[in-house]
Amino acid sequence: MFRNVPRTALPVARCLRASAGRATIAGTRIPTVRHFGTTETKTALPPTDGVFVPGTVYGGQYTVTLIPGDGIGLEMATAVKTIFKAAHVPIEWEQFDLSGYTKKDEGLLKQAMDSIRRNRVALKGILYTPVSRLGHSSLNVFLRKDLDIYASTSIIQNLPGSWPTRHKNVNFAIIRENTEGEYSGLEHTPVAGVVESLKVVTRAKTERIAKYAFDFALKNGRKKVTAIHKANIMKLGDGLFLNVCREVAKKYESSGIQFNDMIVDNASMQLVSKPSQFDVIVCGNLYGNILSNVGAAIVGGPGIVPGANFGSNYAVFEPGCRHVGKDIQGRNTANPTALLLSSIHMLRHLGLEDHANRISHALMKVIKESKVLTPDLGGAHSTTDFTLAVIGNL
Amino acid sequence: MFRTAFARAARQATPLCRRGFASVAGEGAYTQDGKRIVTLIPGDGIGPEISKSVVNIFEAEGVPVVWESVDVYPILKDGRTTIPDDALTSINKNKVALKGPLATPVGKGHVSMNLTLRRTFDLFANVRPCKSIIGYKTPFDDVDTVLIRENTEGEYSGIEHVVVDGVVQSIKLITEEASRRCATYAFEYARAIGRDRVTVVHKANIQKLADGLFLSAAQEVSRDYPDIKLDDVLLDRVCLQIVQDPTKWKHTVMVMPNLYGDILSDLCAGLIGGLGLTPSGNIGQKASIFESVHGTAPDIAGKDLANPTALLLSAVMMLRHMKMDNHADNIQQAVLKTIAEGKARTGDLGGKATNTQFTENVISNLK
Repeated sequence: MFRNVPRTALPVARCLRASAGRATIAGTRIPTVRHFGTTETKTALPPTDGVFVPGTVYGGQYTVTLIPGDGIGLEMATAVKTIFKAAHVPIEWEQFDLSGYTKKDEGLLKQAMDSIRRNRVALKGILYTPVSRLGHSSLNVFLRKDLDIYASTSIIQNLPGSWPTRHKNVNFAIIRENTEGEYSGLEHTPVAGVVESLKVVTRAKTERIAKYAFDFALKNGRKKVTAIHKANIMKLGDGLFLNVCREVAKKYESSGIQFNDMIVDNASMQLVSKPSQFDVIVCGNLYGNILSNVGAAIVGGPGIVPGANFGSNYAVFEPGCRHVGKDIQGRNTANPTALLLSSIHMLRHLGLEDHANRISHALMKVIKESKVLTPDLGGAHSTTDFTLAVIGNL
Repeated sequence: MFRTAFARAARQATPLCRRGFASVAGEGAYTQDGKRIVTLIPGDGIGPEISKSVVNIFEAEGVPVVWESVDVYPILKDGRTTIPDDALTSINKNKVALKGPLATPVGKGHVSMNLTLRRTFDLFANVRPCKSIIGYKTPFDDVDTVLIRENTEGEYSGIEHVVVDGVVQSIKLITEEASRRCATYAFEYARAIGRDRVTVVHKANIQKLADGLFLSAAQEVSRDYPDIKLDDVLLDRVCLQIVQDPTKWKHTVMVMPNLYGDILSDLCAGLIGGLGLTPSGNIGQKASIFESVHGTAPDIAGKDLANPTALLLSAVMMLRHMKMDNHADNIQQAVLKTIAEGKARTGDLGGKATNTQFTENVISNLK
């Protein structure tokens, strides 16, 4: 099923073919360190496994699927589109206004999935999932499973802005398994008043996420991988996860990357008291959800945490801390930084380094000056003001 | 595979008396002169030292409590881990126990001691309050959270199996009965501590049936408590907001399934400075056990360096459970005052005092 192909092992011809479509910027395509967001912050995301072949490129113009999502999604997507336009980014969007609030539109969903399969790259907001038992199951989870984009990557780091944060020197990545675990969706009621919900952990999926985490650490000059688990209680399930992580760690021993493990309750406690001890966290689905939220809170909120989901064929970029933001929808106050950072990384993924750098410098300048900030970071400016400030700095 | 779950469910579906959900204050054993007898499990490592500190402070305060000290260690009986008979008898008789940290021996056949106690006395709800301690500065101020964790099932059901090599299924078991009694306790506790809101923490958008059942059980229970509001919030949102602004959770009692409670309670402890400062109570059908949740700290055991705060605050919680609120208030203020004054802080709080000095200071701060 899944093959982890090291980049170097790929036939030269394929590499050339992969970069051929990128015309003049092809030379910048394979940097060893992919700076994420900004060159000042030593953070990066690795490219997908194997060679990434962009689906749709015509005359230097890239086509990317855009799913704005619910809540603040449309506002965020508009901000990104506006900035991209101002920066003359050669991207055409195929936009699909899916929503978790309205009745599931099978047709639109299918079109969106086809579009991602064609383009291989998507930018996505978060879709609402109803709590009610009668409501549909999560579209976000469906999309991740259907495309098998198994590696959710979010970067938790202090940005150089003026807003107060509880801790300094926070800079770590959370690598979260996206396709199994507690989100298996397998539940049933054997007798009334009793529910069983299955958490599924497999060797194959744990192995690939652990490898991804170590590869990520290697490519980004990070030193330590920490596996998060609850193997003292879930001896088989989380035990398998931990053992496989240990096995994979052994294979990477020569690379000098340290490995340790931590029980999830302790990890959440450490995260709020000593967050600087973390470098790369690898964990199952639910723990990743918990830790990314705790992490987001210590650096300034979900508005500034970027993320991406990688599989062997597709890459979907979305905010790293997944909130719909229904409460601030339509007020023009949401912070587009998370989606913008994610989209900057998408540009690097597409090989559009120059554009990525331009936008990222502009964004970082606005953040560093901290004159135009949205309310979540203690500012009083609107999404539009922030967007225009970034454009003004291009 | 589902047979175990069925059997369990059938056992748990036995109707319980609505109000008989917890061992109540009046039950238990008393001496002839009317003093309440309480089982004391000093525990391992630093356990005996910090237990002694509690005993001394209780004596100085004149709490009408007589201690019955027992040792608890795992023994195997018919292939099941259990505790020694005298401990079992004592706790069953007294209904209330205070427990220091226990070491779970690493080896085959033993279930963790905590799990054994939980099973033996059907300790269905874990109460974990976290309050900022003046004098011990953390990046988070004014934390005052109360969390109640379902303690018997959920992700910790222990039902797991290997489907084929390399594929494991772990079953999260949620039953209406267990959810309801946990929710009921949450409402009772909210009333007892004067909070007018109960908040269910769940992930019912993903686990629609399991967490959905937990949520709906709480919603049903809430009808019996018109004076207390019920709301619910997704786990992700709590994790985010409790770290962003813990003060938002000052007026509610959070209630949640096992794993979420485990993680969130330690997270809250992290906000105020760690497990050395947080009390914990396990409320059960047959007895209630109050304990400090920190480890046995073998590195400082026997050196008179341990901080007894967590066990002391657990003992205070125990006094409230036994409706001895006046003594509870006095001891609590003395402990907090001692830490706030800063003259006798132990090593973990950045001071140089010994456990004995700390204890003496608390005693001198008693009103």
